[in-house]
Amino acid sequence: MGEVIVVTSGKGGVGKTTTTANIGTGLALAGKKVVLIDTDIGLRNLDVVMGLENRIVYDLVDVVEGFCRVKQALIKDKRYEGLYLLPAAQTRDKTAVNPQQMMKLCQELKEEYDYIIVDCPAGIEQGFKNAIAGADRAIVVTTPEVSAVRDADRIIGLLEANELRNPKLLVNRLRVDMVKRGDMMTIDDIIDILAIGLIGVVPDDEKIIVSTNRGEPAINDDKSLAGQAYRNIVKRIMGEEVPFTNFDEDSGFIFKLKKLFGLQAN
Amino acid sequence: MLLDLSKIFGKPKNSKDVAKDRLKMVLVYDRANVSPQFLEMLKSEIIKVISNYVDVDESALDIQLTKTRSDDGERMVPALYANIPIRSIKNSGK
Repeated sequence: MGEVIVVTSGKGGVGKTTTTANIGTGLALAGKKVVLIDTDIGLRNLDVVMGLENRIVYDLVDVVEGFCRVKQALIKDKRYEGLYLLPAAQTRDKTAVNPQQMMKLCQELKEEYDYIIVDCPAGIEQGFKNAIAGADRAIVVTTPEVSAVRDADRIIGLLEANELRNPKLLVNRLRVDMVKRGDMMTIDDIIDILAIGLIGVVPDDEKIIVSTNRGEPAINDDKSLAGQAYRNIVKRIMGEEVPFTNFDEDSGFIFKLKKLFGLQAN
Repeated sequence: MLLDLSKIFGKPKNSKDVAKDRLKMVLVYDRANVSPQFLEMLKSEIIKVISNYVDVDESALDIQLTKTRSDDGERMVPALYANIPIRSIKNSGK
């Protein structure tokens, strides 16, 4: 029996889709059978981030409306064994699907796949309700900014109100240089405010944009710092204990980083 | 050392501390689903009632919405925290 994980945030543009793509790819690389579901109906993007936009035949709405079987709509990613994408419909809106249908779909997919990763749209309306309907656990993505953290807090409240207990926090786009000079909230600051457990910290990394340009998830890039962070997150999702890199202070890690890449911290 | 110096010369707070303080404030109201005016109204009413019985030090009054763990220990729930210093007890009530 598989597990359904929803990736959500409240605020848009914090990296839900990138996170979904990287986690899903990482789990597939670890030998798991994975389905990624894009629930952002009308504003689909997981397909382009994954580089699978040219292979869409059927979509999520076709499946729930019974125009095709789930198997027909799943796009098999030929680069990664065991990785599938169920794209969102682009010409419909969030009301084309309801939470009961999502629950049924997730239940069906859990029978055959190890992980179903649901990419949630921004907002707290129907799209959000659909995305969390069939979820067993939740990953809340935020960035170290007041707007994103505020929205994450609201989402955490809504997840708990919907019986999705113990959501995990992913802090995205951390700028180590800014944290160091006191111009960005630290991981401890954010955890202190949101009071939930951490699943990982992804540093701000240009390589994410490069990999998105190419439609190849950065988790596969050995040189990418964000890719490394996602590899650790994937291990934690699978239950492995991976120590957290300390990004908050001028610690050994940053020192090593600077030494390695000749980066200036200020 | 750097921090101490900045305190002495009254350098403004790090922007991340400003962010954290502002977030903490705004989340108190978000979580309790009330407006800042609500707390002001509540505060003045509390003072009004208590002043009938005791002489309170209004300048040192501290009333805020915080969060606390619920009785079953599972959830965080909003709590009204009030620290009201009393100057003297009025004897008219006797």
